[in-house]
Amino acid sequence: MADNVLRLEDVTMQFGGVVAVNNLSLSVNEGEIVALIGPNGAGKTTAFNCITGVYQPTNGRVFYRGEIIVSGHPTGKMKKNYQGVNAEKYLSDKILDPTPDRITKLGIARTFQNIRLWKSMTVFDNVLTAKHMRAKQNVFSATFRLSAGEERRMREETLALLEEQDLAQYKDELATSLPYGLQRRLEIARALATSPKLLLLDEPAAGMNPQETDDLGRFIVQIKDKYQLTIFMIEHHMDLVMKFSDRIYVVDFGRLIAHGSPAEVQADPKVIDAYLGVAEDE
Amino acid sequence: MNAVKGKKRSLYTGCIIAALIVVLVVMELTMKSTSMVFTLLKKGAIYALVAVSMNLLNGFTGLFSLGQAGFMLIGAYTYAILTMPVSIKLSDSVYKYYDCAIGFELGVIPAMIVAGLLAAIFAALIGLPVLRLKSDYLAIATLGFAEILRAIFQWDAMGPITNGANVMRQYQDLTDIKVPFTDIPFPPVLFCFLVSGLCIGVIVLLINSSYGRAFKAIRDDEIAAEAMGINLFKHKEMSFVISSFFAGISGALLAMFQYTVQAAQFKTAMTYEILLIVVIGGIGSISGSCISSFLFIACNEWLLRFLDESSNNILGLTILRSGFRKVVFSIIIMVIVLFFPKGIMGDRELSLDRLKRPFAKKEKGVDAHG
Ligand SMILES: Nc1ncnc2c1ncn2[C@@H]1O[C@H](COP(=O)(O)OP(=O)(O)OP(=O)(O)O)[C@@H](O)[C@H]1O
Ligand SMILES: [Mg+2]
Repeated sequence: MADNVLRLEDVTMQFGGVVAVNNLSLSVNEGEIVALIGPNGAGKTTAFNCITGVYQPTNGRVFYRGEIIVSGHPTGKMKKNYQGVNAEKYLSDKILDPTPDRITKLGIARTFQNIRLWKSMTVFDNVLTAKHMRAKQNVFSATFRLSAGEERRMREETLALLEEQDLAQYKDELATSLPYGLQRRLEIARALATSPKLLLLDEPAAGMNPQETDDLGRFIVQIKDKYQLTIFMIEHHMDLVMKFSDRIYVVDFGRLIAHGSPAEVQADPKVIDAYLGVAEDE
Repeated sequence: MNAVKGKKRSLYTGCIIAALIVVLVVMELTMKSTSMVFTLLKKGAIYALVAVSMNLLNGFTGLFSLGQAGFMLIGAYTYAILTMPVSIKLSDSVYKYYDCAIGFELGVIPAMIVAGLLAAIFAALIGLPVLRLKSDYLAIATLGFAEILRAIFQWDAMGPITNGANVMRQYQDLTDIKVPFTDIPFPPVLFCFLVSGLCIGVIVLLINSSYGRAFKAIRDDEIAAEAMGINLFKHKEMSFVISSFFAGISGALLAMFQYTVQAAQFKTAMTYEILLIVVIGGIGSISGSCISSFLFIACNEWLLRFLDESSNNILGLTILRSGFRKVVFSIIIMVIVLFFPKGIMGDRELSLDRLKRPFAKKEKGVDAHG
């Protein structure tokens, strides 16, 4: 129990009449690489958004290291329209709806499925700006250069991080001018700059060829060991998921349909059904 | 290596500033003080400050706010009320219909600082509800706020403080400032440049600091900024308050420059003028805002003045009646916007390196031939 880094309890997210995430419970343990897979539109990104404070879940709780960080139950109009289960279970909970920056401050960083780098900034500044949150300064000391030491430290650490990620030679280029694969790498570097303990990756290998995907997998293991991270990732590339993850959760139409080791999940008829079903539709 | 370069650059910058000060002092000592050039320089410097403060919000933080005239109004009135000598406040010469409720006076510099602070406090208060709005709504809300503020300042019940809709005058204006500890008048143009330059300098330092980068991150992508731990509301509020502080100071400068202040002047049209300067200079370029502010004032106040003189008849037709200046001015603006859609500077900055670049190229060319 204690080594739960992240735990979702009956998390439901309903948009109007669409239940994007339906009563999802899962947990991620310290030091694991856990994958969340499922067909398109299954609700994977929405689950990430519920964890990171982008959406307030309609119902359910999110725990980080044993503490509730996000919590919700149907209120207002949603009381009548709620289509999920467990509506009564959390009624006595105080609603917890932190902004995403509060979640990041706790040590949970993320990347985005559709890359969201700061487009007017260089590669270097993208990473440097992510260090702003943890810098010991205020607006006065930063403006009048009274915290120049802090600024220097941030710049040195940024350079070191970029060197380690093989991005140093691009440091003065605009982030958006990088090739696609490197932009994804940069997004991971930027997330690392916030000093996270839990890293959420939303389709880090999207648009990569098998060789690049394999490189990425090894890279993820490498940063996990180096920074003692726990990794929770959404991925469509089955090779990557099967080869590098410790456990897999499978969702379809917002519901958890299977869970286990890569081998178990691969053999699960429900999983094969969900994926074949999609293949038939297409 | 970088440190040496940095030192060299600050040396250059220092020299340029010193040279500018010398030129201004010499000009002020030798030329007639009523010269049009001085009016232009003073007003240009004041508008440069308020344009840069607006650029901090609109260009660097991505907040489309249109409250600038309102904050200038607060600054101008605060300054005028605070520096008006008590004897004048008590007499009937300004507060004709009211008994002035402010029984003290302040020096020029403290009054300017209070003017900025008061504008900043108002910004902090209205920022609480308004900054949670999305772009277009934010623009409408801030515009509305500025209009309400103008109405309040003209309101009869505020008379003991603001003199109602009547004009404020006989406070410390640009001709009243003295060189510290002497009776020598301080060169007015130099004063405007010093105050405005100092404030713009602080804004530039802010923009190049960690907080400035956070502002730009919010402008580029709010969702990513939030996900990287930047508190949106806190940083937007900070940018809004700081911008308003400097708008307040520029309002105080404007009051000094004009000798009189009246709330009716701070209309929406004024905010649009400032917005125009920012857009023409380049959204996200400090030097662009400065350059375009002088250009704007020069065109508006000086270069095109002759168009309004009805003696300038062409073929006996009096097309050049008063107001024609505005027509020509609008055409110029349209041409600029058509040919420089990102403004004169885009989002780049004027720097020594940039100025030197054409020469550097030439040198290289010579080398190649040799
Ligand atoms: N803000 C929103 N408002 C309304 N519906 C939404 C919203 N966000 C997501 N949805 C819906 O929720 C469902 C799940 O979307 P989500 O993006 O989580 O899927 P996903 O599993 O990440 O899919 P993909 O593999 O395509 O990324 C979709 O039907 C989507 O249309
Ligand atoms: Mg997704």
